[in-house]
Amino acid sequence: MGKTLYEKIWDKHVIAQDEGAPAVLYIDAHLVHEVTSPQAFAMLRERGLPVRRTDKTFATMDHAIPTRIGAVELDWPEDAAQQVRSLRENCADFGVPLFDIEGDIQGIVHVIGPELGVTQPGMTIVCGDSHTSTHGAFGALAFGIGTSEVGYVLATQCLMQQKDRTFAINVEGELGKGVTAKDVILAIIAKNGAAGGVGYVFEYRGEAIRALDMSSRMTICNMSIEGGARAGLIAPDETTFDYIKGREYAPKGDDWERAVAHWRTLHTDEDAVFDRELTLDATALAPMVTYGTNPGQGVAVTGRVPKAEELEDPADQRSLRSALEYMGLSEGQPIEGQHVDIVFIGSCTNSRIEDLRAAAAIAEGRRVSDHVEALVVPGSKAVKAQAEAEGLDRIFSEAGFEWRGAGCSMCLAMNDDKAGEGKYVASTSNRNFVGRQGPGSRSLLMSPIMAAAAAVNGRVVDVREIL
Amino acid sequence: MQAFTKLTSTAMPLRVENVDTDQIIPARYLTAVTQAGMGDGLFSWWRYNRDGSPNPDFVLNQPQFGGAEVLVAGRNFGIGSSREHAVWALSQYGFRAVISSAFADIFYNNSLKNGLLPIQLAEESVAHLLDLVEELPQTEITVDLARQTVELPQIGGSQNSWTFEIDPFRKQCLLRGLDDLGYLLDKEEQISAFEAAASF
Ligand code: SF4
Repeated sequence: MGKTLYEKIWDKHVIAQDEGAPAVLYIDAHLVHEVTSPQAFAMLRERGLPVRRTDKTFATMDHAIPTRIGAVELDWPEDAAQQVRSLRENCADFGVPLFDIEGDIQGIVHVIGPELGVTQPGMTIVCGDSHTSTHGAFGALAFGIGTSEVGYVLATQCLMQQKDRTFAINVEGELGKGVTAKDVILAIIAKNGAAGGVGYVFEYRGEAIRALDMSSRMTICNMSIEGGARAGLIAPDETTFDYIKGREYAPKGDDWERAVAHWRTLHTDEDAVFDRELTLDATALAPMVTYGTNPGQGVAVTGRVPKAEELEDPADQRSLRSALEYMGLSEGQPIEGQHVDIVFIGSCTNSRIEDLRAAAAIAEGRRVSDHVEALVVPGSKAVKAQAEAEGLDRIFSEAGFEWRGAGCSMCLAMNDDKAGEGKYVASTSNRNFVGRQGPGSRSLLMSPIMAAAAAVNGRVVDVREIL
Repeated sequence: MQAFTKLTSTAMPLRVENVDTDQIIPARYLTAVTQAGMGDGLFSWWRYNRDGSPNPDFVLNQPQFGGAEVLVAGRNFGIGSSREHAVWALSQYGFRAVISSAFADIFYNNSLKNGLLPIQLAEESVAHLLDLVEELPQTEITVDLARQTVELPQIGGSQNSWTFEIDPFRKQCLLRGLDDLGYLLDKEEQISAFEAAASF
């Protein structure tokens, strides 16, 4: 019997498998950021261990840093400044390369990894961040780990892992106009549930997936974790190779040819069998919006918030009622027309240049609604520079959006970008948890073009009507 | 890592599904560069009113559940971010075990690496435990890792003992208080051989 893509990558990286113990998996690239690493470096110091492979470890700062343009470090809140100082000190002491906010490569860790060409097919990639699943878009086995594991990987370049089961998600047919990768993944999670993927690695397949560019593939793999999966994979193809070619850490010359020849073998064999499968019809999908407090609580923009009585399970009914109470929404209400106070375009889900271009096309020649505060936060300094070269920053500013520096920003509200109590945020990020975007904030997750359309209308609209 | 062998304690009921790590410990507590002080941030959205005063309606502030070392929660506990701070917060607050019918992957793993025992029981068993500890908060629960059991004092004719699954390797690590690092460092030879063969 043939192997799935996951099994191929797994088998190549198991360096030991003792009877009765999890496998020891070798890690090809380890990404590090300021929030989940300090205690891991502390562990190395305590035990007197070095970082084993400084050439496979890359650090940046993204979570806690301010994104206001012109925010100088002296004015930062003390705790953010301290985390950044401690990352600098740790990287300097252990010899780990750091893409500092002072340089021009900094950005959200899952945006800069691919940008630099660090992310390559067939690799194992980890980071102390659950959205490491993003890198699966390249056919790399990439997943989030806790801080203890960050320490183990720094010290040994290895992790102890149980093998997961495989789950094929087939998206067949062609996506309609105005229906994006974000809508595909929100629809998958709405259908399969926020915990439907626990114990599995997803592989996204089918015509609709193959047609996507790398940015869109990253959007899909990014939210695998929201569907409960450890990781999400998309087999590499010409689109993948074209994206990687020429990037700083990409193989060069003969190495490139050899690498591509290997990468071409990285696909699920015809006769391989997945433990589970789910098929979606792309032609039936519409732009999606979440109404609740977990990412599985989403509907098509043309749909309605469900009624508790329509759900069978009392626990689901209770979850829905408490989510709607928090969100201030009513059972059965149409989601279209829902009032919006804040619009956030950014995060590792949707802050790449393609996302900004699409949002700018909606913003161009329009004005952000008077009662809306709108932010655009590029995923990296490179995205910011590219957007500025294309004049996107001007389009956004003229339309009344605030243009920011690179970072996580209002995706997790760790810095001062917080939505106020009770405010509705049309957000392109990945989590709508209670208080995620600030105490009392109410997130409505959607695609960048849906968010831009919500900004100019002051409420949730079906972007397809203005395309 | 603190070892886990056997524990007898009262339990705290948290009748909420899909408790995400942002609820367990919000982002503003993640700015620490050490593990200390996380317990104060545990469940802070629910635990404190907006003015910082304790919310008397939340279980953590109810005296009948004070001192509980077992948390019983609705399904899909620990979804969301990979922050190990969530586990540190639970441990530092004083919890040694969490019972739910389903856990998110990263949270489950992080717990095992910090001596916090995640116990997965069937949905109806968890429902029974929630009912029971809400009604009789003084009920003591005994968790025995070696036997993989959760036991209650016999009350009426209802079931009072359940077994749970745990990976045998993880069980040994917990019983002996061992983390993965020693094991991985022992693989030095294989790691070096792999690196040499991979020529990178
Ligand atoms: S953008 Fe949001 S989800 Fe992505 S790494 Fe930053 S905080 Fe995490």
